[in-house]
Amino acid sequence: MKYRIAVVATLAVAGTGSVLAQAKDPTIAGIEKYREMLGDDNPAELYEARGEILWKMKAGPKNASLEKCDLGLGPGVVKGAYVQTPRYFADAGRVMDIETRINWCRTSLQGFSEADVRKRPFGSADKPSEIEDLVTYVVTASKGMKVNVPTSHPKEVEAYELGEAMFHFRAGPYDFSCASCHGESGKRIRLQDLPNLTTTADARRAYIGWPAYRVSTSRVHTMQWRINDCFRQQRFPEPKYMSEAVDALITYMAQTANGAEYKGPALKR
Amino acid sequence: MKTNITRLSVIAASTAGATALMLAGCASQGSQSQAFPNHASPAAMKQATLAFKRDFQAKGIAGIDRLTTDKLQDVCNRSANNPSPDIAAILEHEELDRIKYPADGKFLGNWKAGEKLAQSGTGMTWSDNPEKPVGGNCYNCHQLSKTEISFGTIGPSLLNYGKLRGNSPEIQKYTYSKIYNSKAYNACSAMPRFGHVGALNETQLKDLVALLLDPESPVNK
Ligand code: HEC
Ligand code: HEC
Repeated sequence: MKYRIAVVATLAVAGTGSVLAQAKDPTIAGIEKYREMLGDDNPAELYEARGEILWKMKAGPKNASLEKCDLGLGPGVVKGAYVQTPRYFADAGRVMDIETRINWCRTSLQGFSEADVRKRPFGSADKPSEIEDLVTYVVTASKGMKVNVPTSHPKEVEAYELGEAMFHFRAGPYDFSCASCHGESGKRIRLQDLPNLTTTADARRAYIGWPAYRVSTSRVHTMQWRINDCFRQQRFPEPKYMSEAVDALITYMAQTANGAEYKGPALKR
Repeated sequence: MKTNITRLSVIAASTAGATALMLAGCASQGSQSQAFPNHASPAAMKQATLAFKRDFQAKGIAGIDRLTTDKLQDVCNRSANNPSPDIAAILEHEELDRIKYPADGKFLGNWKAGEKLAQSGTGMTWSDNPEKPVGGNCYNCHQLSKTEISFGTIGPSLLNYGKLRGNSPEIQKYTYSKIYNSKAYNACSAMPRFGHVGALNETQLKDLVALLLDPESPVNK
């Protein structure tokens, strides 16, 4: 494995909580052991390697590769594309996050159907999902670059505002919103630190490690998944994959995180 | 009018002693103790409501009906969790009025069962088995005992809750009511309305009251 490991975020954010309690958390201790064991390797690299193959391989009804995919910086430009999404794409007429955009290329360039790319967005430990490989490949190419999400197109402004409002919308059996868990600084659920995603500092720290390889599930998860699982914890129904709603929330977080250095897929609990 | 009497009894309890002053503080703090600020404009909130309707789908027990806000959620959403004091008072009265009290007039159950419930964080998500009982989620947000170090901090520490406030009928009733419907005392509280939404039943609520008030409970040890 030639890439350096990018262990950040979750392990480094202990700061605000009770340090004593943190030290005793078996999960955190477990991750530290795991990290030692891995040395310089992050299993996300396997996803990246598979993703690169998939990117360059001819596939789909049109028997085309994704090498001409325009991720926002022109056809074929992968490096630096991730840190400039979500953004408005004129050809699609909407704001898209990186995952939505890659799938857009799979349908438009390779000829896959909408149903095909929606079939299995989130893989399992033994059965990875192709889009998770592709996303890992594309984001890793932005490692070390500054998050620089465009904020000037009216649709980008609109997506930010929608995302912010959605973030604060309380409903469901427990009256939760995203802000119930991510609206105050220095809070935690049990021993899990909760970033205050309304602040630049915490939004940056949270954003730069995603997508992430999670030790608890032994696989890479994308930001689409992260939002999906937080809505589950919010006791809401399920957000539709790649919907404007999900992409608006990602836009809100990405614009708040602007200026941070992207660290690449992190290793998380 | 039942509302006023219940509220009065809580306030009355607060004159009893120094510990109860904390209770009065909490009860009257009401809407001022805003859980989380939010800058979303009412127009953006409206767009959000539409986006939720458009872009979400039912899964497991989590139907899209969950996105239909009730009056209280609506006011909290539109006021950034900070309704004017008179609106907050009306909402709190309404929530208090909806509390159903035990027919036998007793509030104290079994603290051991309460501790188990407080530990459990399951329930109400689309991946939960609806056949299984819903947990209390209390440790997710509160410190409750010295022995459990894995506790959340979204809510205040409830360590020594009973030791500090005593075990009077008023305190018992307040504690039952607060867990049943947290919004009866704080319109836009971050805490769920466990009894009101039917997540916890009467027996479970009593067990939790015992967990907080029983002198033998780890909360007060
Ligand atoms: C009921 C609690 C709860 C709600 C509501 C909630 N989250 Fe989370 N969120 C968590 C927890 C707990 C974690 C940490 C998970 C972990 O450490 O494995 C987390 C983690 C995250 C992270 C990753 C942070 C990091 O540093 O890795 C993001 C981003 C996030 N949530 C966004 C959201 C958004 C957006 C919403 C609303 C759609 C939301 N959350 C709603 C509990 C919640
Ligand atoms: C999502 C977070 C959350 C959960 C879950 C939660 N609470 Fe709370 N709780 C709070 C917050 C925040 C407050 C303080 C604001 C308020 O009073 O509304 C509070 C206040 C309280 C109070 C009032 C304390 C006082 O000083 O009068 C009691 C009692 C209480 N909680 C008990 C419980 C019990 C028992 C459970 C589990 C069944 C529980 N809470 C679950 C967030 C939570």
